[in-house]
Amino acid sequence: MKPFITHMGIVQPIDRVNVDTDQMVPKQFLKALTREGFGRILFYDWRYIQPGEKPNPEFVLNFPRYKGASVLLTRANFGCGSSREHAPWAIGDYGFRVILAPSYADIFYNNCFKNGILPAELSGAQIEELFQRTEKEEGYSLSVDLPNQTVRDNQGLEYKFEIAPARKEVLLKGLDDIGTTLQHAAAIDAYEKGHTATATMYDPVDVKYYSNGR
Amino acid sequence: MPSKTLYEKIWDSHLVHQEPGKPAIIYIDRHLIHEGTSPQAFAGLKAEGRKVRRPDLTFAVMDHSVPTKDRLLPIVDTDARLQFEALEKNCRETGVRLFDMNSKNQGIVHVIGPELGITQPGCTIVCGDSHTSTHGAFGTLAFGIGTSEVEHVLATQCLVQAKSKTLHLLVHGKRPKGVTAKDIILAIIGKIGIGGGTGHVAEYGGQAIRELSMEGRMTVCNMTIEGGARAGMVAPDETTFAYLDGRPFVPRGKEFLAAVERWKQLHSDENAKFDMTVELHAEQIAPQVTWGTNPGMVTSVNARVPDPHDFKDPNDQKATESALKYMGLKPGTPITDINVDRVFIGSCTNSRLDDLRAAAHLVAGKHVAKSIKQALIVPGSRGIKAAAEKEGLDKIFTEAGFEWRDAGCSMCIGMNADVLPPHERSASTSNRNFEGRQGRDSRTHLVSPVMAAAAALAGHFVDVREFDVAHVE
Repeated sequence: MKPFITHMGIVQPIDRVNVDTDQMVPKQFLKALTREGFGRILFYDWRYIQPGEKPNPEFVLNFPRYKGASVLLTRANFGCGSSREHAPWAIGDYGFRVILAPSYADIFYNNCFKNGILPAELSGAQIEELFQRTEKEEGYSLSVDLPNQTVRDNQGLEYKFEIAPARKEVLLKGLDDIGTTLQHAAAIDAYEKGHTATATMYDPVDVKYYSNGR
Repeated sequence: MPSKTLYEKIWDSHLVHQEPGKPAIIYIDRHLIHEGTSPQAFAGLKAEGRKVRRPDLTFAVMDHSVPTKDRLLPIVDTDARLQFEALEKNCRETGVRLFDMNSKNQGIVHVIGPELGITQPGCTIVCGDSHTSTHGAFGTLAFGIGTSEVEHVLATQCLVQAKSKTLHLLVHGKRPKGVTAKDIILAIIGKIGIGGGTGHVAEYGGQAIRELSMEGRMTVCNMTIEGGARAGMVAPDETTFAYLDGRPFVPRGKEFLAAVERWKQLHSDENAKFDMTVELHAEQIAPQVTWGTNPGMVTSVNARVPDPHDFKDPNDQKATESALKYMGLKPGTPITDINVDRVFIGSCTNSRLDDLRAAAHLVAGKHVAKSIKQALIVPGSRGIKAAAEKEGLDKIFTEAGFEWRDAGCSMCIGMNADVLPPHERSASTSNRNFEGRQGRDSRTHLVSPVMAAAAALAGHFVDVREFDVAHVE
């Protein structure tokens, strides 16, 4: 995974609370076999008019002033609903590296860190201020500094955000979780030996339940 | 010994490794996978040359995109077919057991786990699906994960997790007639809001929860995620043990008795501390109907569609305005004046035998209203379908004008052909009423199975307490 240290980019506002992952990637795109190419369909139903997939001029992602944006500014409980990791895949593939919101849904928040996206938490009042500044100034940009946990603009605004140290480390180093866990293989072996009641499956021998030949 | 909550007990017994100030590595006892969120995980595993650590603890099923009509016909949706083929191939190569769409045990992943006894108290269960919270009804720690974590569990049988906060949800008193588990959980979400449980694992308690069947408890735990909490649990009791006894993957004889002794320890200690407690009174809960575009936008059937100005927070006002516009509803409309076009009884929330029995009891000898374009019954599993047919429920439904389908996720998510058309309105027993959830521009109202059945007969929402309703879950 690509490490995340600092990032600067144009801010894209989506002024809505409780944006769920169904909106980011609607169901018909969950039939993919790969993680790639989801940027084109991010916020599909809001973004395109059918038939013909014409850009919806009323949807804020299609406003020319936000072209090339890479910092997503939004409201509380962002990413609620479905656990689909396709949502952060789409956000990342579209070009966002940072999300700024007052709160996130748990599963989505977790999924962001697996994909090198920083979901930074700011207070409701700070988010409101950023919405106003974004609205006022075309091309409004923010610099995000993960080691120092700050968000800054070029007018002297500076906000500090909180992040769990272990989460921070994952992004800073671009860590591969699986590799890290496998370093504890001996502990996993030991756990399994000590917990056979739950870590084994009682297997019925009298019935064939599966269709894959067992 | 310090007092512990049920969550803390299961957490502690699954710690594989922990360093101070860091998230823990916890062991996963059961890993459920389906066609939708697993192909990229298997591909990742293969690319790194890694193996599935415990295929014996991993179960796969096809559910999200499966057709609910004739399974012997070829799959016309190419993307869905390729996903089915990928799952089959991945399971064959890794030795993971698969219930494919022609297996007699196929069904929705969160329905067959408990039905086959794969789900057991005190276990940790994960699946690449947010409604994994369902399994918490058995006193398991069960939650949804993303595809990267699916890959992590395949490779290590573990997850890296930070400990959650705890939320105690108590529903006191006796549930009135016509008020179901679905109404209880919708009322809870209405009270705490869809982000109310974020960062928490919920444990349910109180008389109204204790008196629910396993099916009812599963409905409540299933929608825990809609209130923001990743997992919801109910401490196992005699109801739980009776349900599990004799199920295929549950140990038998002496081993079962030993398991029950173990399971009896799975409850929160008397003085255990929760980070947050929310209490409701079942007597005050009426049948619920959602009016908006998330499950927290919900009210009683005898209430009216709210006005955006009823809300103080400008963000809530805006959200309400936008929801009413999407739903095509005017503020102040009585809920019972809302006409529905289609009815869907199914999904991992409400597709179990109890749900079907309750709905069948209500529609027996009656007929779906002429204005209803389609009324679907989609059993949660083929096992449930067969059991329902043995009782003659299929005949009751078809004679009343419902379609009787094969098992799958169906119109809850609309990944197969069962899609709610644009601007049409459904009474649906599923779990999400997000924009476009059942089909682009479609309008979903979440209700209980008896409320959905009653709406099918009347053509609009009705207060099911006015019907002759069995005391149902």
